Amino acid sequence: MTNFSDFTPNEMMTIAAARALSNDDVCFVGIGAPSAACNVARLTHAPDITLIYESGTIGTAPNVLPLSIGDGELCETAVTTVSVPEMFRYWLQGGRISIGFLGAAQLDRFGNINTTVIGDYHKPKVRLPGGGGAPEIASSCKQVFITMKQATRGMVEKIDFYTSFGHGEGGNHRERLGIKTKGPTLLITDLAIWKPDPETKEFTVVSMHRGVTRDKVQETCGWKVRFSDRLEETPPPSELELTTLRELQARTEKAHGGKKGT
Amino acid sequence: MAKFQSLKEAVAENLRDGDVVAFEGFTHLIPHAAAHEAIRQGRKDLTLIRMTPDIVYDQMIGMGLAKKVIFSYAGNPGVGLLRRMRDAIENSWPRGIETEEHSHASMANAYEAGAAGLPCAVFRGYRGAGLKEVNPNIRSVTCPFTGEELAAVPAHRPDVAFVHAQKANRRGDVLVEGIIGVQKEAVLAAKRSVVTVEEIVEDFDDLHPNLCILPHWTVTSIVHVPGGAHPSYTHGYYDRDNAAYLEWDKISADRDLFTAWMKENVLDVGPEAFAGRVKGL
Repeated sequence: MTNFSDFTPNEMMTIAAARALSNDDVCFVGIGAPSAACNVARLTHAPDITLIYESGTIGTAPNVLPLSIGDGELCETAVTTVSVPEMFRYWLQGGRISIGFLGAAQLDRFGNINTTVIGDYHKPKVRLPGGGGAPEIASSCKQVFITMKQATRGMVEKIDFYTSFGHGEGGNHRERLGIKTKGPTLLITDLAIWKPDPETKEFTVVSMHRGVTRDKVQETCGWKVRFSDRLEETPPPSELELTTLRELQARTEKAHGGKKGT
Repeated sequence: MAKFQSLKEAVAENLRDGDVVAFEGFTHLIPHAAAHEAIRQGRKDLTLIRMTPDIVYDQMIGMGLAKKVIFSYAGNPGVGLLRRMRDAIENSWPRGIETEEHSHASMANAYEAGAAGLPCAVFRGYRGAGLKEVNPNIRSVTCPFTGEELAAVPAHRPDVAFVHAQKANRRGDVLVEGIIGVQKEAVLAAKRSVVTVEEIVEDFDDLHPNLCILPHWTVTSIVHVPGGAHPSYTHGYYDRDNAAYLEWDKISADRDLFTAWMKENVLDVGPEAFAGRVKGL
């Protein structure tokens, strides 16, 4: 018997992220982002959500999670597939995307993301893959959701490189740079749900997942965490949500010979 | 006017030491067979342009062909980092390389500007992004009508572009289907172009009128190389060899293992080896 009250922090993270997406959304699934969340949303409460991958596939509905953002199934199940210049010019820059969904190697309290280098750019300690589509996803989508597992080396006081701009130094920094979109409006981790403070734009914990303590959230975060005055508990996954996610992952592992999709 | 050639002839005639070259294909249709021929012919001092350098440039960089790489995502998609490219950047093995890093939007716009015959691409990008502080080729222009400040980067104008496609007809027109990436732009931006194809057919009479076609007079050379995208895939022919991408992470982690693999699988074989590699995929 499957016990649906028993779930992992990762499963809670994916399902909490899926819940934030709605049927009307047009969602740009960036490199490293958990397309698991987007596809769980599509397979549960948001069957008409439009998922877009930067390889040019618009309105895709894969049966398994892709291993790369250009897997053939994304194209086969898409409403249409456009060229990469068209994707970035007409669809992203053109303002057609409601939500950009990003992951992060390093993140700061204002939702700025680094996936480029650890250390100095010209003499890096670790050379990461880089930004791919993220710099413009972060500025052109109407809003940005971020999802990552909490760890002090990932959630840091100061990121080493601004791969994509969140709220900069906070406040109205986006506006001052001429960016008209909202930027990061939601951070979903394996422990909590965070939203930016309306004034300072600093990410604040608004909901903790079941069984998580404030100490645990603080221990795994490199900056001093602010908690909302009206802190809630994230509702645990429903049977439908958990079954959908687990079946999706089982299909994916079978299709990719043991490798989990992204 | 497209010439039908062997891969050896096409690479020898079109790729020279010191060239600026693009091997394109966005996850799909990556021209691996053509890159292997360039490695066998020992081309030097190339400036390699590609959105996602991927295994194909990891191999070329590791074999010492590159002096510079212009790119926007240096990862092994779905797997991790590019270990040969990192070894060249961090330890200058087998030689040091220059890098010029952009975002995907920037690279895509630069190819399109090249195809459009423009000197630069203009787009809304890099706002608040760190790359414009470290890459002097990322600049800005002010819109003369609205005053909006926009990003500008030089157009890509490669000496030669290599792409892989599904099929050519006898006249040399080329059909590209599925995830079409930036291949049309890369070919139209380049001075010369080489297209490897899975199949050569009589004509395209039964095709839908709006498909992505490169007319024969835009292509320099066409080469029939079944399986020529492996371990990437060709939509309608064979799937991506995900296991090979995972395996590359191990091969590329060690210089000796890499060198031995390249000798056995690239230097000592020819393009005809590709057909066997995609059997069963």
